[in-house]
Amino acid sequence: MAQPVLMRGNEAIAEAAIIAGCRHYFAYPITPQNEIAAYMARRMPEVGGTFLQAESEIASINMVLGAAAAGARTMTSSSSPGISLKQEGLSYMAGTELPAVVVNMMRGGPGLGNIAGAQGDYFQATKGGGHGDYHMIVLAPASAQELADLTVEAFDLSDRYRIVTMILGDGYLGQMSESLLLPEPPKKVYDKSSWILDGAAGRDPRIIASLRLKPENGVEQINLRLQEKYREIQAHEVRYECYQCQDAEVLLVAFGLAARVCKAAVNQLRAAGSKVGLFRPITLWPFPSRELEQKAGRMKKVLVVEMNSGQMLEDVRLALGDKVRIEFYGRMGAMLVEVEEIIKRIEKES
Amino acid sequence: MRSETLEAKRVFSRPETLVDVPTHYCPGCGHGIIHRLMAQAIDELGMREKTIVIAPVGCSVLIYDYINADGLEAAHGRAPAVATGVKRVLPDRLVISYQGDGDLLAIGTAETVHAANRGENITILFVNNAIYGMTGGQMAPTSLAGQKTKTSPYGRNPAEAGMPIRACELLNTLEAPVFIERCSVHDVPHILKAKRATRKAIENQVKGRGYSFVEYLSMCPTNWGMSSQAAADWVANEMVSYYPLGNFRDR
Amino acid sequence: MARGKPDIDSERCKGCGLCVKACPEDILELTEKFNKQGHHYAVCVSPERCTACMFCAIICPETAIEVWRFAKAS
Repeated sequence: MAQPVLMRGNEAIAEAAIIAGCRHYFAYPITPQNEIAAYMARRMPEVGGTFLQAESEIASINMVLGAAAAGARTMTSSSSPGISLKQEGLSYMAGTELPAVVVNMMRGGPGLGNIAGAQGDYFQATKGGGHGDYHMIVLAPASAQELADLTVEAFDLSDRYRIVTMILGDGYLGQMSESLLLPEPPKKVYDKSSWILDGAAGRDPRIIASLRLKPENGVEQINLRLQEKYREIQAHEVRYECYQCQDAEVLLVAFGLAARVCKAAVNQLRAAGSKVGLFRPITLWPFPSRELEQKAGRMKKVLVVEMNSGQMLEDVRLALGDKVRIEFYGRMGAMLVEVEEIIKRIEKES
Repeated sequence: MRSETLEAKRVFSRPETLVDVPTHYCPGCGHGIIHRLMAQAIDELGMREKTIVIAPVGCSVLIYDYINADGLEAAHGRAPAVATGVKRVLPDRLVISYQGDGDLLAIGTAETVHAANRGENITILFVNNAIYGMTGGQMAPTSLAGQKTKTSPYGRNPAEAGMPIRACELLNTLEAPVFIERCSVHDVPHILKAKRATRKAIENQVKGRGYSFVEYLSMCPTNWGMSSQAAADWVANEMVSYYPLGNFRDR
Repeated sequence: MARGKPDIDSERCKGCGLCVKACPEDILELTEKFNKQGHHYAVCVSPERCTACMFCAIICPETAIEVWRFAKAS
């Protein structure tokens, strides 16, 4: 029987990637996720994999692109400013349907910001970030256990749909050491031989490119296929958690670390007799709009709690429309949201 | 004259790795020559089925339509990084990055320097035509002092734009590269030397020797605003004196 | 007596003239005619003087030229 281990969040991601079969990791140092690279530098040679500290975040996402085209399970990790640098590469990978896992341990921004955890990259992750009509699957873990579990799942989702999957964590989650059970190695292995570039031996040459200048199979065609893929993902891959929602009259909506603070608030409020629940999206894209609408329909109010200026708030508004009163509590600049503030907002009469 | 029976033997034909299609390149452009040198080397080494070409952004963005091997698009300047990713996953394949002056020496300078510095076992073929062709003739890092382009209409002013960058000399300061050579494709004797350099640069990778780099001085008649023949002369008379031809390193 | 023959694909030729410049025997010219692309394509005007040196084919950016060499039948 597996024993729990105590691991820092960042290191849990790295070990989970190795468990998932990732053998090619390319990255550039940036706080607060440097432990991922340090762990990989030590661990990848142990499993015969590639660890490469690239010259920049731009170089590393392009190395990931190359490794993905060659058929490998590959990953890069960074934090907010570095993820900004990767946007071109992410758009290219979306346009060429290359799978990979990209980890963003968010920090305070915009600009150089600070090095503590924040949630300010929700828009960047879910609304594009890079140019063009595309999406990545975005997973929002809230604990070291989830950092590990969702990293393994991310490789599976990426290969299944030929899409980039982002692990959207934050600096605090990355630094926290928690007890966890390491995930099982994945059972499913994807056969990529029909599309990867490994040399045209015994077959016609293949091209992986997003440039389409001819009208036949042009950019519109590519986009129609991508949109169909995204609809399929939206139909099948939504993940969320409902905590104490069953008879709730007020619903907190939060993701990642903010959701953990909300859970503490829910516990306190429930102990005091308040009927409060928490709806925690785990996939930020695809966003659990329908599920949220079902749960929130009969609520007195919804309080969205984020460590940003109100980004997921917009998706909540889109999902719920006029049906429920929606309020927002947030902190910016890597400041933690506080249990007391959440309770105050809940108890404040409308 | 006594009549003799003569046999006709074809002594020059299209290499197998060079796809038999018309190219979109301008008349007199050097790309077609350099593509063929690359294809000939791949054929001579029997590596066509193990080749992955990394395409740049520039006039040769569609190189994968002309080379009968797997092709991978790279974002502008990122080809050496993309090549690194492919080669680390498939070390026994032939991974060739084919780049122009903006790709290699402007936006991609970091990727160029660091793939070379790491000594990645790849081959970089660098086409230096002293201008940005695809985007209509802007100044390149390799444009000569005084050269008139769309973005240096009064001639490149070194006081503002610096002097042109010499890629071979730059990379020659690094420890790892095993082969660095500058050649030209403006006339047949130089093309033959370029062919040998191309073959060496690719063979080095096949033999696992390390990072090889070939720079080709090449013609861009359209954006230089001259005939093809005049463009060939311009390479010989104007470019070679600033970009000395020859081998810089051959380990 | 010709020692070889350049076989120029007149439709592939873009009339750049590099082969004309390269030919050591000066037996290539750009014709007055046009091909379908609108180029004055290259032709060999004195085929009997071809030495099968291959210079034209070596410099042709379109690989539009094949070269044949004549030898005594064995």
